[in-house]
Amino acid sequence: MTLYILCFILFLVGVYGVLTRRNLIKIVISLTIMEFSVFLMLVLVGYISGGLAPIVVHPEGSDISVVDPLPQTLVLTAAVIAVATNSMVLALAIRLYKKYGTFDIRKINELKG
Amino acid sequence: MEGMSIIVKKIVQLISALIFVFGMYSAIHGHINPGGGFAGGVLLSGAFILLIIAYGLDYFKLKQQTEATSIFESLSILIALLIAFSGLFAGSLYFFNNYFPAGTPGSLISGGLIPIYNVLIGVKVAATLSTIFFALIIYKEEIRR
Amino acid sequence: MENLLIIILVLMIIAALAAIHAKDLISAVIAQGFVGYGLVICFFLLKAPELALVQIVLETVTLIIILAVIYDSSMKEIGEPIGKRDIVTYSLSFVLVALFLYYFNKAIVGLNPFGEHTLRMSEMYVKEVLELTGSANLVKGVLWDFRGLDTLGEATVLFTAAMSVLVILRISGKKHQLTKK
Repeated sequence: MTLYILCFILFLVGVYGVLTRRNLIKIVISLTIMEFSVFLMLVLVGYISGGLAPIVVHPEGSDISVVDPLPQTLVLTAAVIAVATNSMVLALAIRLYKKYGTFDIRKINELKG
Repeated sequence: MEGMSIIVKKIVQLISALIFVFGMYSAIHGHINPGGGFAGGVLLSGAFILLIIAYGLDYFKLKQQTEATSIFESLSILIALLIAFSGLFAGSLYFFNNYFPAGTPGSLISGGLIPIYNVLIGVKVAATLSTIFFALIIYKEEIRR
Repeated sequence: MENLLIIILVLMIIAALAAIHAKDLISAVIAQGFVGYGLVICFFLLKAPELALVQIVLETVTLIIILAVIYDSSMKEIGEPIGKRDIVTYSLSFVLVALFLYYFNKAIVGLNPFGEHTLRMSEMYVKEVLELTGSANLVKGVLWDFRGLDTLGEATVLFTAAMSVLVILRISGKKHQLTKK
């Protein structure tokens, strides 16, 4: 249970960063940290103590316990998506930087219009 | 962004070739080893990114490269979709029908259609990440001029 | 094993706080890299070598992309004069964090404790992947056979993200280039 709570604290650090930072790049970094904690949470839930990695080396001895492969599958696809969507947010950020000359969201909000 | 010195260029030539070969190995052996299409694709795009950082922008005609990568991206996923559809006509009626023989687990030719899908998704991931990186670098360069 | 994971996680939390409070953006990016590579070690310890391999490469690519974005901007964190608005923001975020933590504590009562997971849905996957698909890597068997549609949706999201990056970053259209020639 300690591990789950620590993992969720990592998520909360990301939430705190998104809410309080004013720099767009810092917001992207906080989003990345939130994604990391979600990945770690999924893999933590699927772990079985004493289990092996989900790659079958000897097909005959099938009663060896194996770690749950389903969360690992979900995280595998989500990790690649996370990088692509993060770079989309970064593209928006540099577009805004070119127009307003700053990464500060509060100043962008004032200059708008 | 101009290129780096001759030492960096030569070392990067050797290293990026090794990274490229490891990426292809990882994508082809995805069904028996850890790795697979996602890791292989990211490694392939990493080899290209390393080359571009070392050689600078003027060495490569990046605009044509971007068009080529977006064509590869669309094409690979189209082929994967067609293979998945072809399962409808072979045997039982469902999508993603793995109609090839399974083979002996652990050998290179096994797992039915899974190695083919692995290679295709590797090409797709490599093309996507390269497209994103090229777009960012071209934008930065156009701003500076 | 569990103690080692706890140590790595505490270090990751400290690095995340350092990334958020860093004075310039380069050190923020490096601290974020610390969090990412700590995640790689956690994946190795949790018997997920595939994820570790993917994450260690993706983290490097992410660092390169963020550095390419910020390398000719000012790279300084915006100074923070504590005003009325900042006090409201900080207190609101602390309240939100406390609420989240309270409800998370209530929510994980139903979960099994760490290391005693029971296979529910994936029991069928673990038993039958070898006979049905012949793939020795169970993750790849689930990814491309039982859950192929999921992966197809993932490919769609990747395609959409790449296309939107191209659309956002295009300065001059094709028509403009033609007339210039």
